[in-house]
Amino acid sequence: MLTMTNVKKVFRTDLVETHALRDFNLQVDEGEFVAVTGPSGSGKTTFLNIAGMLETFNGGTYQLDGKDVSHLNDNQRSRLRNEKIGFIFQSYNLIPDLNLFDNVDVPLRYRGFDAKTRKQRIEESLEIVGLANRMKHLPAQLSGGQQQRVAIARALAGKPRFLLADEPTGNLDSEMAQSVMELLKNINKSGTTIVMVTHDPLLAKQATRNIFVKDGQVSEIEDVIPMHVANA
Amino acid sequence: MFSYYLKLAFKSIRKNPLLSSLMVLAIALGIGASITTITVNYLMSANPIPEKSEQLFYVQVDSWDPHNSFNEESNDPPNQITWTEATNLFTAQKASKQVVMAKSGGIIVPEDQDINPFEAQIRLTTGDFFTMFNTPFLYGSGWQITSDQNREQVIVLTKKINDKVFGGENSVGKSISLAGQHFKIIGVLDTWLPVPKFYDVNNGAFDEPEEVFIPFFLKESFELPNWGNTNCWKSPEGEGFKAFLRSECINYQMWVELNSDTEKAEYIDFLNNYVSEQKALGRFPRPMNNKLSDVMQWMENQQVVQDDAKMMMWMSFMFLIVCLLNTVGLLLAKFIGKSSEIGLRRAIGASKSDLFVQHIIESACIGLLGGLVGLLLATLGLKGIESLYGDFVKNLVSLDVTMAITGLLIALISSVLAGLYPTWRACNISPASQLKSQ
Repeated sequence: MLTMTNVKKVFRTDLVETHALRDFNLQVDEGEFVAVTGPSGSGKTTFLNIAGMLETFNGGTYQLDGKDVSHLNDNQRSRLRNEKIGFIFQSYNLIPDLNLFDNVDVPLRYRGFDAKTRKQRIEESLEIVGLANRMKHLPAQLSGGQQQRVAIARALAGKPRFLLADEPTGNLDSEMAQSVMELLKNINKSGTTIVMVTHDPLLAKQATRNIFVKDGQVSEIEDVIPMHVANA
Repeated sequence: MFSYYLKLAFKSIRKNPLLSSLMVLAIALGIGASITTITVNYLMSANPIPEKSEQLFYVQVDSWDPHNSFNEESNDPPNQITWTEATNLFTAQKASKQVVMAKSGGIIVPEDQDINPFEAQIRLTTGDFFTMFNTPFLYGSGWQITSDQNREQVIVLTKKINDKVFGGENSVGKSISLAGQHFKIIGVLDTWLPVPKFYDVNNGAFDEPEEVFIPFFLKESFELPNWGNTNCWKSPEGEGFKAFLRSECINYQMWVELNSDTEKAEYIDFLNNYVSEQKALGRFPRPMNNKLSDVMQWMENQQVVQDDAKMMMWMSFMFLIVCLLNTVGLLLAKFIGKSSEIGLRRAIGASKSDLFVQHIIESACIGLLGGLVGLLLATLGLKGIESLYGDFVKNLVSLDVTMAITGLLIALISSVLAGLYPTWRACNISPASQLKSQ
């Protein structure tokens, strides 16, 4: 489903050239829940940004659903992101002056759905994360865990095949973190492929496969739970 | 999506009221100053009779001093004609319609003893005046050429005078005392306020029309005084009113209606022949210099829109540009402050063009609000001009629908232009850098 072959990413300034990814190779199959770990500055987030087409790369190939995305223009990348990928961020990234309904509505607007479809999808996804009764609340009126659930609902509303999560529990206490993790596992069980960057080894162990990134390369791959067991 | 973007724009404007207010105020100040000066220029340069301005021609013949041109810069013929030319050219009746005229004044003595006698401005003119200039009548009509030829004591009142003397009732058929003579009222004009007062820009281009209209040649019969500009290049030969009328002093205006280029060419030929005849009689010592100008050419020739008014307008546009540059800075600050939201929207599916439209609509909304406040400021500005300059400009200081729409359009276009660079910057924000840093 996601295949990166020898992907390179270099950040350049006038003085410094930083190789964030060097010959990065990874394949993620449909239905997997992959946890990406590694020390700070190892290239985890860069990998996730490239996977989500938020950043371009300098070499190698990246295929999403069998399609080479290297040469897509901005509009094509935006459409692909909107249709196939859901994002969850460490700091939730909700729009503070929009209520929950309108926050979840954002990606659906760009998708061009009609009002009825949007309403149905928003209600469904907020129902999944347990916040259907708080649609008119503003993000500031919710706890951190609840805000992250809204962010998950927003990511789910477009029914993406692929969910990218960048330290989704990084700002939560362990209880909240576990609750969000359970939610992600349920989403994965329903067929959505998830790639999650995390620092927390305990959470990583709950994924079906762990990828360890070091110095911009995949240094270790560990199957934690066989997929057929995890999805049983 | 337009309604969605509109909703987002107003949320964004409300979110930061101080910054939004500063932008609205900056645009409002620029628009207010511009619309104030544009309105004055627009009304000064408006076509006062668009339906036939190309058929009406002001007549100029050069009867001036052989040693000095009337207008040293342009060598134009004098801007008025003598009594002799007014009489001769009118009597010839060479155009399909023609009118000669002058400004005068006299005392009206109402029959109603409760109304005090008062001084009124008189337009001495000929019968074609009313049909040539499409004057609207409330009651009755103007007079025929026979009334001019027979020097009949007929009069057309303006609505203002009819209201004052007759309480607004139909006064046609009644008589009124003017300048010690009795005149039979044959018509009452409805409200008529050509801006500029094109038919006689020599005597207050932005004044209201005179209050009563009587046949031109009664000036001679009743020795009515000259009002308005009179210029002479040599003294009258002899004493008294008749000597003055026979002099080379210019105090009269003439318009002709010519409906085709052929008619115009024929009239110029007629003028040339007339001047040749006059030269043979020892008049018109200068080279042949006859001119016909249509309404707008005459307005331009007489510089109805004064240079300082034009300069003020351009200065106000410069001020608008300064205001817009400030708005660019403020929009830049506002949109950069929204970087994380923009990054997020990019991440979850918005294309650059989606964000461009969203932010241009926000700029346009700010512009429209600025335009509305600007129109209020322009109204105040025009009131200020009126209070400074008084009656001289009172017909120039009203904001009509055209100017209000123009103001809003300028505000809209200006704000969209001001928003282009900040919006472009906003659309090019790297989403990845914003998402991690929020």
